[in-house]
Amino acid sequence: MDTIFAPATARGKAGLAVVRISGPDAWVGIGQLVGDLPPPHRAALRKIYDLQGGFLDEALVIAFPAGHSFTGEPTVELQLHGSVAIMNAVLQCLACVIGFRLAKAGEFTRRAMDNNRLDLTQVEGLADLIDAETEAQRRQAQKVLSGAVGALAAEWRCDLVRATALLEATIDFADEDLPTDVSPEVLSLIDRTLVSLKREQAGSATAERVRDNFEVAIVGPPNVGKSTLLNTLAGRDAAITSEIAGTTRDCIEVRMDLCGLPVVLIDTAGFRETDDVVEQIGVERGKSRAAQADLRVALVNNVGDPAVVDLRDDDIILLGKADVLSNEMFGVSGVTGQGIDRLIQMIVERLQRRVAGAGVLTRERQRIAVRGGIEALEAARIEIEGTACRSELAAEELRNAIAALDLLVGRIGVEEVLGEIFSSFCVGK
Amino acid sequence: MKHRDFEVIVIGGGHAGAEAAHASARMGARTALITMNKVSIGVMSCNPAIGGLGKGHLVREIDALDGIMGRAADYSGIQFRLLNRSKGPAVQGPRVQADRARYRVAIQDILSHESLITIIEEEVADLLLSGTNVYGVELSSGVKVAGRAVIVTTGTFLRGVIHIGGRRTIGGRLGARASTRLAERFEDLGAPLGRLKTGTPPRLATQSIAWDVLEKQPGDADPVMLSFLSDAPVAKQISCGITHTNGHTHEIIRKNLDRSAMYGGHIDGVGPRYCPSIEDKVVRFAEKASHQIFLEPEGLDDSLVYPNGISTSLPESVQEEYVHSIVGLEKAIIVQPGYAIEYDFVDPKSLCATLAYRGLTGLFLAGQINGTTGYEEAAAQGLVAGLNAAALAFGREEVLFTRSDSYIGVMIDDLVSRGVSEPYRMFTSRAEFRLSLRADNADQRLTPMGVSIGCVRGPRHEAYKYKSTELSRVRNLLSNRSWSPGDAARSGIAVSSDGVRRSGLQLLSLLNVELDDLAKLDAELSDVAPNIAWQLKREAVYANYLVRQSREVAAMKNDEAVLLPSDLDVKTLSGLSNELKAKLLQVQPRSLAQASRIEGMTPAALMVLLAAVRSLPQMRTL
Repeated sequence: MDTIFAPATARGKAGLAVVRISGPDAWVGIGQLVGDLPPPHRAALRKIYDLQGGFLDEALVIAFPAGHSFTGEPTVELQLHGSVAIMNAVLQCLACVIGFRLAKAGEFTRRAMDNNRLDLTQVEGLADLIDAETEAQRRQAQKVLSGAVGALAAEWRCDLVRATALLEATIDFADEDLPTDVSPEVLSLIDRTLVSLKREQAGSATAERVRDNFEVAIVGPPNVGKSTLLNTLAGRDAAITSEIAGTTRDCIEVRMDLCGLPVVLIDTAGFRETDDVVEQIGVERGKSRAAQADLRVALVNNVGDPAVVDLRDDDIILLGKADVLSNEMFGVSGVTGQGIDRLIQMIVERLQRRVAGAGVLTRERQRIAVRGGIEALEAARIEIEGTACRSELAAEELRNAIAALDLLVGRIGVEEVLGEIFSSFCVGK
Repeated sequence: MKHRDFEVIVIGGGHAGAEAAHASARMGARTALITMNKVSIGVMSCNPAIGGLGKGHLVREIDALDGIMGRAADYSGIQFRLLNRSKGPAVQGPRVQADRARYRVAIQDILSHESLITIIEEEVADLLLSGTNVYGVELSSGVKVAGRAVIVTTGTFLRGVIHIGGRRTIGGRLGARASTRLAERFEDLGAPLGRLKTGTPPRLATQSIAWDVLEKQPGDADPVMLSFLSDAPVAKQISCGITHTNGHTHEIIRKNLDRSAMYGGHIDGVGPRYCPSIEDKVVRFAEKASHQIFLEPEGLDDSLVYPNGISTSLPESVQEEYVHSIVGLEKAIIVQPGYAIEYDFVDPKSLCATLAYRGLTGLFLAGQINGTTGYEEAAAQGLVAGLNAAALAFGREEVLFTRSDSYIGVMIDDLVSRGVSEPYRMFTSRAEFRLSLRADNADQRLTPMGVSIGCVRGPRHEAYKYKSTELSRVRNLLSNRSWSPGDAARSGIAVSSDGVRRSGLQLLSLLNVELDDLAKLDAELSDVAPNIAWQLKREAVYANYLVRQSREVAAMKNDEAVLLPSDLDVKTLSGLSNELKAKLLQVQPRSLAQASRIEGMTPAALMVLLAAVRSLPQMRTL
């Protein structure tokens, strides 16, 4: 296997620039360049020379032994001075070391996975962590990276192996004196898994939102001050504002970090009947975006006016242009900034409530797996509770559940099921 | 001196050897069966029963290809039971208690009627090799026997060691010699060898057992046969007895554990977890107050009883003491003590799916030598090796079984892809497509293939054709006719009165509805033979699941179709851990599907393999 290397920090001028080298020849190869490697896990200053003996830089060198590095392979990290020229010179020099080559994108992570340092969900968590921009995203990615999905999956796996083993034991060892009725235990294992799967399913939509964005749509009649509000919240002129009703034709999105939550604010066209075809399209588009959003902020002109779209439980309704209107109802004004802090607080409160119930499944792939698992386990339940206990069909459904959850729980082999049978029952005449 | 030439030479006359020789002869090959002892051809050296869960499926499949085990078992059956009768049809397994003597006679009789089989009574000393080609065997007398393919079925005889307490004797079975020279030959060839163990209980004298105080287990009232060609039992039917160990028994065993060969540290081999010795049961399941024992008569005129459930390697005096502590066995006489046997096996990962040994051309291995246990597992491998040895000798295509067509395919794939860590036994849970791989449809699954390769003879072919025609006739009737809920109710079938017409197959899929009930609705459905009615009912029960399984089968076939070329250099592929590389090199999977079943295989590694295969042809054209 090749030894791979790549810069571990972003390109450009900086205080430090780190290069990581991983693979069977990492220690020997770097040893040639720095004289002698410091003892494992110990940082030490070394002068780096190229293979012709030319001085390149003085760097902090750390060596990690196999099994104790990110990739699981022998690894060396060089903390160079953060200059583009030094980095280029070092990379060129590394490329000349026999057995070394530049890593492909994601190759370090791939090797970590191949060496069982990370499971697939942790790899996804790591990718999310690197991409994390807000605090909530960081916390969630950390949770996934630390193996939260893996830990949950381990529980499900353990219960499903046991349930399968119980059923299979009654099938394959029918002529032995086994405990007569295993169905109460099988049912309780299935139910426990179902409850947990459903909880994750419920929380996964929010988890995915935290990973991507929450969408908050501002809706209302024309000229109620939606765009001005958006601009104030965004702190820049994202949308064109004017006194002319119907100025905003298309949805305008602004990404922002609201108290650590990733939020996309959507400004929509003012809702009104119009003969203008283009404006009409804009209105329709705004309606559909608002319906899909996680939260709607509806602005109205007068106290008692209905919102222009159907509102759901958590949605917010308030007076727009509070600066020009009387103050009978809570209002907000993008022009004066009145009520802005309070609106932000309201949005954040609502979204944070949802984040509190977020699960650890952040991807559609994982959600599909969980949904499949739930369906199969419910079918298994029916077979076990049915008048004729068709245990071979219940076992078939359990197998389907495991297959569906395969990506999360990992494969469960028949040997594992048999192992569980033999360790729990005295079978064998 | 030289014997006349054969196409196929089979070494060993146990269940694998007998089936291999007969299969080879059915393919038209001149076949030699070489055994150390003619009289012991077809001997049942362990418990006197054939079939069971998973195992009954194997026997039906052997039978579907015109093999001999099912016929001999039916001829010698003194008790027939269909296991799991109360569960679904896919997991029911036919089983017989066999009269040992009748079984052996039946096998020897069937073999003696094959003009292409020559039985040679001698020990094989060595294989004849020219380069990596096997061209025959050398007997200990120095005589050479030439053949184009050699099948080794030496069971537990490779360096067999028998343990009774602290006493060890060399032997392949109690009272039989071991094959040490052949084991050395395998070692010289560099074959990967491992060591396994298994045990037997003491054999008891029938007349010394107090039968009248024991619970009896009779056979089924309507016996289910193992062979598709048998109608009814021919031997007299008997019951087995049931008794239990007790606290006193366990105490005796616990007190003497250090004298057991297995617990005294005399044995290195790994034993089967599903067939634990009584020592094992008492230690590992200390909370159980008693264990069940089946007292299985070894035959109608046989004076021996096989007490199934108390295999042991304790010294004879302790065996006597604990046997006497059991109800009904207080005065039992031990005619032959229980013992443990340790033996060499060849790692089956070194075999192809034809059971050919990869290192040499013309050498096949079948049975316990491959790390399996059980008569049925051995016979099924004998069949596979026999068919393929003959195919090789005649230059015909390989005969391959898959996980989706048979339990035989499941077993072979498990053996060659995953190897064994304990004696391998068939279970229905090993077959992922078990709803479609049923004992009742083994003929529908395999007989056509047998006909096309030429191992199925006239009578079986006729029986198969008749059954198939009848099945499709009735199946068509059932799918073409439909009835309203009212019609159904009038003949006593309860369905929800939703006004929807249901086909015969849909009605048949309902619980408690049999073909007889439908006959009341349509006279054409009366007069259907019971086995046809039975199988259609089974198909109907699983109809929905079978659709889904057939999709899975299709997905697997896609992966089977991605062949891994033998020149694929696994070592140079990046993205594979060294551990997986080593396993891939050892198993040399033929297809992506087989690779996916290697232990520890990951989805990521499969993608690497797939990518490698997909890019190979491109690289060649460059």
